Amino acid sequence: MDGLLQQVFNGLVSGSFYALLALGLSVIFGMLGVVNFAHGAFYMLGAFGAFVLLDSFGLSWWLALLVVPVLLAVVGMVFERTLVHRLVGLDPLYNFLLTFGVALILQDVVRMRYGVTSQPYTRPELLSGSVNLGLFTYPTYQVFVLIFSIVASVLVWLVLSRTRIGMIVRASTERAELSQALGIDVRRWVTPVFGFGIGLAALAGVLAAPMRAVNSTMGGDLIIVIFAVVVIGGLGSVFGSVAAGYLVGMLSAVGNFYTPALSQSLVFILMALVLLLRPAGLFGREEGVHA
Amino acid sequence: MAPKIKAAGALGAAVTLGVTLAGCGAAGGPQSSGGAITDDKITLGVITDLSGVYSELAGPNAVEAVEMAVEDFQDEHGDDAVTDNIEVISADHQNKPEIANTAAREMYDRDGADAIFDVPTSSAALAVATVAEQNQKLYFNNGAATTELTGEQCNAYTYHYAYDTYMLAHGTGKTVTEQGGDSWYIIYPDYAFGQDMTESFTTAIEGAGGSIVETDPTPFPNDNFSTFMTKAPNLSPKPQVMGTMQAGGDLVNVVKQYNEFGLRDKGVDLAVGLMFDTDIASIGVESLAGTLFTTAWFWNMDDQSREWADRFKERTGDRPTFDHAANYSAAMQYLEAVQRAATDNAADANAELEGHPFDDFFARNAEFRAEDHRLVHDSYLVKVKEPGQVQEDFDFTEMVETIPAAEAFRPAEDSGCEMG
Repeated sequence: MDGLLQQVFNGLVSGSFYALLALGLSVIFGMLGVVNFAHGAFYMLGAFGAFVLLDSFGLSWWLALLVVPVLLAVVGMVFERTLVHRLVGLDPLYNFLLTFGVALILQDVVRMRYGVTSQPYTRPELLSGSVNLGLFTYPTYQVFVLIFSIVASVLVWLVLSRTRIGMIVRASTERAELSQALGIDVRRWVTPVFGFGIGLAALAGVLAAPMRAVNSTMGGDLIIVIFAVVVIGGLGSVFGSVAAGYLVGMLSAVGNFYTPALSQSLVFILMALVLLLRPAGLFGREEGVHA
Repeated sequence: MAPKIKAAGALGAAVTLGVTLAGCGAAGGPQSSGGAITDDKITLGVITDLSGVYSELAGPNAVEAVEMAVEDFQDEHGDDAVTDNIEVISADHQNKPEIANTAAREMYDRDGADAIFDVPTSSAALAVATVAEQNQKLYFNNGAATTELTGEQCNAYTYHYAYDTYMLAHGTGKTVTEQGGDSWYIIYPDYAFGQDMTESFTTAIEGAGGSIVETDPTPFPNDNFSTFMTKAPNLSPKPQVMGTMQAGGDLVNVVKQYNEFGLRDKGVDLAVGLMFDTDIASIGVESLAGTLFTTAWFWNMDDQSREWADRFKERTGDRPTFDHAANYSAAMQYLEAVQRAATDNAADANAELEGHPFDDFFARNAEFRAEDHRLVHDSYLVKVKEPGQVQEDFDFTEMVETIPAAEAFRPAEDSGCEMG
C-alpha cells in the first residue's frame, strides 16, 4: 500500500508538468481556437533559458524562475501578433501547420547551437536533500515542484473565476461574438492570453531543468502526451486540463509500477475511452464542442 | 464557433500524426564484382547518424576520422600505395533501418563503395549487414552494440569492430558482481538495444554468482523515472545495484533522478550499461563520480591515444569518442589489408583480414577472429573521475583495469555464427 501511495505521489509530481503545460495550451485554445503545436518547444526554451542564464550570466535558478517566463511570454506575444494572428480567421489547420513548423525550427536552432546532447544543470542548493512526508521521504525539489504547480494552477483559476479580467477572458472564450456585441474588445485580450499561455510553458521548462535532461527534443517528446491530456480534460476547459494533468501523471506512474511495458499506452487508451464515452472530455461542456 | 469543431478534429489528427510519425523507403539493385583496383579507385562509405541523437558520439566526426585515416595511409605509403585515388563518402541514416538499407545499396552499387563503416543503431546495423552480404562487399560496424552481427545474423563480409553488449555486460556486470554488488535491479529502454543489453547483463551477473532481483522495461523516450527510483529500495530482497541500460537523454534523466532520490544513501549503487564522454558532460562529473562502466577505448588512457586525440582535436575541435577512434582504426586496417592484397576485391581483402593480428592506438592485442568476424581486443573497466581530478573538458575517465582481449568478448564457439 505504501508502494501505491508513493506511486500516486510520483504521479502528482510528473502531473505538475502536464498540468502547467495543458493549462497554457487550454487557455490559448479557448481564446483563439488555435492548437499550439509549438507549446513543447517553448517548454524546451524555458529550460534552455534557465541554462543560459546560469551558464552565461551566472544567474541563479530562482531568478530564472522569474525572468524566463516573462521573457518568453513577450516572445509569445510577438509570435501571436506577427504570425498566429494572421491565420486565425482561416481553417485551423493553417495555424496547426504554422505552429508545428515553428516548433521544428526552434528545436533545430537550439540543436545547431547546443548540439544533441543534454546540457548540465544542477538543482538549487536550497532545495537539495529530501523531506520526510511521514510514510516515505521524498526529494525536496520535487515536493517544491508539486506545491508550486498547484499554487500556480489555483492562482490562474482564481484570476479567471474571480476577477473582471478573468470574466472577460471567459466570456470571450465561450461566446466571442456575443461578448463583442456587448461592447467588450475581445481582440485586445487575445495577445496577452497567448503570451500568458506561453509563459506557463516556459515556467514548466524552468521547473524541469534541474530534474530532467535539458536538450532540444525534451519538448517534442512531451507534447503528444500534453495533447492527450487536453483532450481527456476537455478542450478549452481550464479546470479540466489541470485535473487531467494530475490524473494522467498518476496513471503513468501507477502504470509504470504494475505494467511497465504497457504504461506508455495507458494515457492513449484513456484518451480513446474518453472520446468514445464523453467526447467533450471529462470536464468539458458539450456545448463547448457543439457550439 | 465553427473553427473550434475543426480545430478539435485537427487536434485528434495531430495526436495520431505525432504518435505514428515514421519514415519509409526501399530500393533494389544489381550485384557487382571486384578486379585489381576497380576503377583504379578505393571508395570508403560512412553511414552514420549525421543529425540525430548519436550525431555527437558518432556522426560527422566519424566521417572525419575515416578521412584522417585515408590521409595518414597516403602519407605513410606515398608512391608505393596501391592507389592514390581514395575517396570517402557519407550518408545520414537517421537511425532508421530502411534508410540505412537504401543508403548501403546506393553506396555499393552506384558509388562503387568498397567498404562501409560505422552504422550506429542495432537495427540499422543489421540491415546494412544484409546488404553487404548480398553485394559481397565489406562492412565494418563500429557504432552498434548488438551481438547479432557476429551471432546468428553474421556473414562473411561483416566485421564487428569496436564493442558489443557482451563486452559491456562482461566488463561491468561481472566485475561489479564480483566486487560484492551481487543483487541487481535492471531498468532498460524497451527496444532491441535495451533488451539485448539486459540479456547480456543477466548472463554475466548470474555467471559471476550474482542474482537479478527484477528487470523493468521503461518507456522510450522517457523523462520521468521516479516510479523505478521509489521501487528500487523497496524491492525484496533489496538490490545492491541498480543497472541502467538507458542511453543519451534518457540516461541523463535516470542519473539526475537517481541522485534526487538519494538511492546511493539508501544502499543502492548505480551501474551504467553504456556511457560516452558526451553523456558524462551532460550529467556532470559531480553527479557521476566513481561510477563504473566499460569502454572500448578512451582518449587519455595513454600517450599513444592522447597523441592521436590531440591530432583529432586539431582537426575537429572535439575530443574523440571511442566510436571515432574505432572508425579511424578500422579504415586504416582495411586500407592496409588492400595494400597487402594489392587488390580491393573483397574476397582477397578478407583473406588478408581473417586471423590477422595487430596493435594500434585503438585496438590492443587485436585480432580479426575468422570464425565470426568479431574483432577481439583489450577492453577497459573504467570509472568516472572525482571533479577535483578533471584537468580539462572531456577528461572524465580513469582506468580501473584492462580486460584482456581473450576474455573481453564472447567466445567464438558460443556465438551461433555459421559463415555461409
